[in-house]
Formats: sequence, C-alpha cells, structure tokens
Amino acid sequence: MAEIILRSLAHTYDAKAGADSDYAIRQMDHVWHQGGAYALLGPSGCGKSTMLNIISGLLSPSEGEVLFDTERVNELSPEERNIAQVFQFPVVYDTMTVYDNLAFPLKNIGMAKHLIPAKVHEVADILELTSVLHRKAKNLSADEKQKVSMGRGLVRDDVSAILFDEPLTVIDPQLKWKLRRKLKQIHERFNITMIYVTHDQLEASTFAEKIAVMYDGQIVQFGTPRELFERPAHTFVGFFIGSPGMNFLEVTVDEHNVHFSGLRIPANPRRLQSAIASGSSNIKAGIRPEFIHVWDEPNDEAFEVEVQDVEDLGTYRILSFYLGGQIVRARLNEDQNIPSQKAYVSFPEQWLNIYVDEYRVGDDDE
Amino acid sequence: MNKVENNKAWFLVLPMLLLVAFSAIIPLMTVVNYSVQDILGSSAYFVGTEWFKDILNDSQLQQALIRQFIFSFTILAIEVPLGIGVALMMPKKGWRASLILILVTLPLLVPWNVVGTIWLIFTRTDIGLAGVGLRELGYAYNITRNDGDAWVTIVLMDVWHWTPLVALLCYSGLQAIPQAYYQAARIDRASRWAIFRYIQLPKLSNVLVIGVLLRFMHSFMIYAEPFVLTGGGPGSSTTFLSQTLTTMAIGQQDLGPSAAFSIIYFLIILAVCYCFYVAILNMGRDKNTSQPR
Repeated sequence: MAEIILRSLAHTYDAKAGADSDYAIRQMDHVWHQGGAYALLGPSGCGKSTMLNIISGLLSPSEGEVLFDTERVNELSPEERNIAQVFQFPVVYDTMTVYDNLAFPLKNIGMAKHLIPAKVHEVADILELTSVLHRKAKNLSADEKQKVSMGRGLVRDDVSAILFDEPLTVIDPQLKWKLRRKLKQIHERFNITMIYVTHDQLEASTFAEKIAVMYDGQIVQFGTPRELFERPAHTFVGFFIGSPGMNFLEVTVDEHNVHFSGLRIPANPRRLQSAIASGSSNIKAGIRPEFIHVWDEPNDEAFEVEVQDVEDLGTYRILSFYLGGQIVRARLNEDQNIPSQKAYVSFPEQWLNIYVDEYRVGDDDE
Repeated sequence: MNKVENNKAWFLVLPMLLLVAFSAIIPLMTVVNYSVQDILGSSAYFVGTEWFKDILNDSQLQQALIRQFIFSFTILAIEVPLGIGVALMMPKKGWRASLILILVTLPLLVPWNVVGTIWLIFTRTDIGLAGVGLRELGYAYNITRNDGDAWVTIVLMDVWHWTPLVALLCYSGLQAIPQAYYQAARIDRASRWAIFRYIQLPKLSNVLVIGVLLRFMHSFMIYAEPFVLTGGGPGSSTTFLSQTLTTMAIGQQDLGPSAAFSIIYFLIILAVCYCFYVAILNMGRDKNTSQPR
C-alpha cells in the first residue's frame, strides 16, 4: 500500500536521445494516491504501457525517480516493489490447475500453507472461477484465462498497487462489462491502488475515479471523467474524449469575443484575457457538440447556418454544418426537431473554451 | 434424392493415388510379398507366417533389438535434457546469437559416414586425440576390444552429432514465448526453476514432441556411424538392428526373412512413435474431464 510518485520522470528507448520526439515519456511529475482507481487513457503508442512498466519495475526509467511513499524504488525489481500487473494477453501457467495458478504467487512469497486455500477460494469466488478451480489453466477460454491472470494479481493482499495493461482486449463485450464491474467491486472491497491502462474512453470512465490522459509521452490532463468532458485541458483531450469529439475553431480574440471568418462569438472575458496575454497566434475556441444550442427558428443570439448532414445514431443525432468555412458538429437529442435546411445555433459562453498552443487557458470557474 | 452419376471426379484423385502408390504402397507391398515366400533362385514357395515366427524367435535378433532399445533410450535421456540446456544458454539476439547458432548447428551438416570416420580417427589409440589422450591419462582405452568403450564412444558420437537438433528445436520454441510470460513470472516472484518448470518447459512441449520423435526414429535406424566406427563390434556388442538387417539381406541374400524383419522393424518404430505421441499429448489434459481443447 503506497502512494506512487513520479518525479521528473522521462524515458527513452533510444540510447542517444536528444530531441523531445525521441522520448516515449517526456519529463513529467505525477502522483497516484493510495487507494485510488485510476485510468491511464491514450491512443496506441502514447507511452501508456511504458509508464506502467516503469511503475512496476519491468523497465528502468532513463531519467527521474519513482517513489513509493518516500522510498526511491528505481533500483528495485518488480518482486521487491510488491506490485501486481495484469497484461493485455492472458498469461497463465498452462500445466497448473486454476487453483495452483492462483496459489502460485502466495507460495512464492512463502505464505503459510494453511492460509493459502482460504485466500485462493476468496479470490476464485469473486472472479467466479470456483467451478473451474481444478481444471488445467491451459484448457480454459480466453476470458477465463484472463480472470486467472487477474486473480493472481489479487490474491496477494499486501500489494502496493495493481496495474492493468489493457486487460480486457481479448474479452467478449458483454463479459467486458461484467469484469469491469468486478474490478470496481474488488477495488471497493480491498482499497488497493489500481491503475488501468486503456485506449477506450468508455472503459476508462466506467472504471476510474480519475483519468490521466496521455498524449505523445505526456499526461495532458488528470481529472475526473466529468472534468475531462466539460473542461478538457488540452485540445487532444477534447478530441479524444466524447463522441464525436470537441469542435475546434481557429480564431483570433479581443476582450469580449472570438473572431473568425468575419464572425464574432462572445466568450468568457477572463479566458480571453489569458489568451491575449499569451501573445500566441495559435488560438482555438473549443466547444463540445453536446453544448451547442440548436433551434429550428431564428433567434436573437443565434447564427443562421446551412445544415450539411444529419446522422442518426439511435438515441441521438449528429448535426453537421459549416460556420465560417469550418465544419462544426452538434449533438441533438432524439426528441429535438431536426432543422431541415437552415438551423440556428448559438455557443453558450460557459462552454466555449479557449486554447492557446493546444492548452486551455483561464482558470476562471474552478 | 436423385444424384447425378458422374465418376469423372475420380480422375482428379488419380495423380495423388499414383503418387502414394509409388511412394509407399507398392514398395511396402513388395516387402510384404517377399515376407510370406521362400525364394530360391527363380522359384518361390508360399510359406505363410513362417519367417515372422523365425525372426521373432531368433535370439540374436532379440539381442540386437534389446541393444537397440537401450541405445535409443540412452541417447534420448542424454540429448533431450542436454539440448534443452544448450538452448536455454544460447543468447537470444544480436551477433552472438547468430554466431552460436552456426557453431551449434555445424555437426548437423556432417554426413553420417563422415561422422563415423571423424570419430574413427579421433578414437584411434595411435594418432587419435581421444585415443592417445586417454591412454596418456592411464586409461587403456580400446573400442575394438572393450565393449564398454565402444558403447560409450558410440553414444558420445550420437550426442555430439544430434544434440544440436534438439537444441535448435528448443531454441526456436523458446524464442516463441511472449515476453509477457517472463514479466508475469517476475511479478509473481517465480524462481528461475519455476520459470523453467511452469513456463518454458510447457511451452516447449510441442517442439519436444517433434524432437523426441525425430531422435527416436533416427537413432532406432542408426546404421552408418557405428558401422564405420566399430563395425558392430567388439563381437556383436554394438550391432544394432539396421546392421543386422543389412547383413541378412545383402550379405546372406535371405530375402524372405529380411522382408519379415523389415516389416517387424517398421511396425516397432510406428508403435513406439505412436506411444510417445499419445503420451506427450496427454500430459496437458485434465485428469477427470476429457475436455477437447
């Protein structure tokens, strides 16, 4: 049980690394608190697995420190760090029975023989493996094997943390949901720090209390699913989370409005102030499709736009239109009228975020 | 139901049928044919199973068969663990891996007769390195007089020649084990032995089936090397089945008995290989449930 602190951590697989792009993980500081359920979310190749392996000790970071509470663990092996890790593809000991698989880590730490059966049965019970306990692990289905892999992580109740590296990739969708719930229950029951790597936003937000979004070797935002949704700190978060992703418009700013292609949209003054103060010319305005107001009648504050396309996705519809030459998507609820040719849209000031050099500015309402 | 009679499809199978006939069925049937006849010059008499009875009761052949089994199991008992050990020690990547791979496989490229000759020279007590060396050390090494020396030398020769095959198979098997298994084992704090016992060995079982079968078949048919090295001697202490059969078929022109012997020989190999195969396949099964994989 420990707090996991990453201090000035960076990692490269290239011995002669110079440029930022040589780094799988760019220098960062981060703290994973004891007992949290975290997700590490990002696209393939963003450094998620690298970070996980650095925490578990399978990789040694090229720069910086990994601390468990106050102890530096850089030099400690995975065994000494007392970490459990579950991998993308199920790893089971083929020739052992499920029972022996689950008992294996316990035997290796030298747990007293009479204590092992109770612990194994407890975990088997949680993961619904009791009925297959005496089968050879080799003969199980993929999802049962993955449950065994997870079970081996869960049997040791003294672990500092359990790390999951996209553990549900090989699992059928309906079982995925069930296993995710299982993990959540286990987390609530044992209060172990869990870090769950995934590229699936749904998986991340249903599992984790807080999500770290990784992009290009950096954690660009660490927050609750709601924060990631409402106030993405980086344009990548806006784009990656949500379906469809956030709309971004390249704009210029004055004290009250954002401007683009001769249009003028009022925005939060403090955000605009920060953008002006930055002096950067790379300014974007971002708004979630969910937060754009759409009417089918003209309205004082609304812009008139040509409807390009309406996509029906069952419970909701996606309306696409051009605004000042840039395509914008808005999400309509099922019961909302579909504007046929002309729509009237407005952008609530509260939900219009301003990004300077891809990062959100103006910590106005936090 | 009205089926359209069209037997032309049989022509499509014909080439395959011919191929199998010429490659296996016809040669085998010739042997079967000889095995039930007594052939004297140009005349032949049908003798039924008489040759089979003779062969099975021939004490000399029984001796050869026992020697053959002892030999095959001895070299299996040495080569399989040794091959696994060599494979485990070989570097996994880089130029060292390539170099070691070449060095290890070199003996496999040497023709059988040459192997025999190499060892014949190697063990000579006047010029051979091993022969002279052992003499110098005070051991009266002599493969033409001492049964034990002949045996040990032939076993060593086979180990030298064929362990690389087992090592090579195991090496490829080891390379195919995903890294995650080793990582998981570290996380589970498995000992080096446990990693071998529960990850590497089970993952090697498939290549080991092939290795054991190949080595068994090969060694059970061994001919050229002992023939060149010891000629089957001293006495008949290193005379194995192949050599016995050759003597019978070519030396004595006993076609009938040789044919019966060949068939029995073939069936023994077939039976033993089948037993190995079934035994190894069944290792991974659950004890109570016969669950298909």
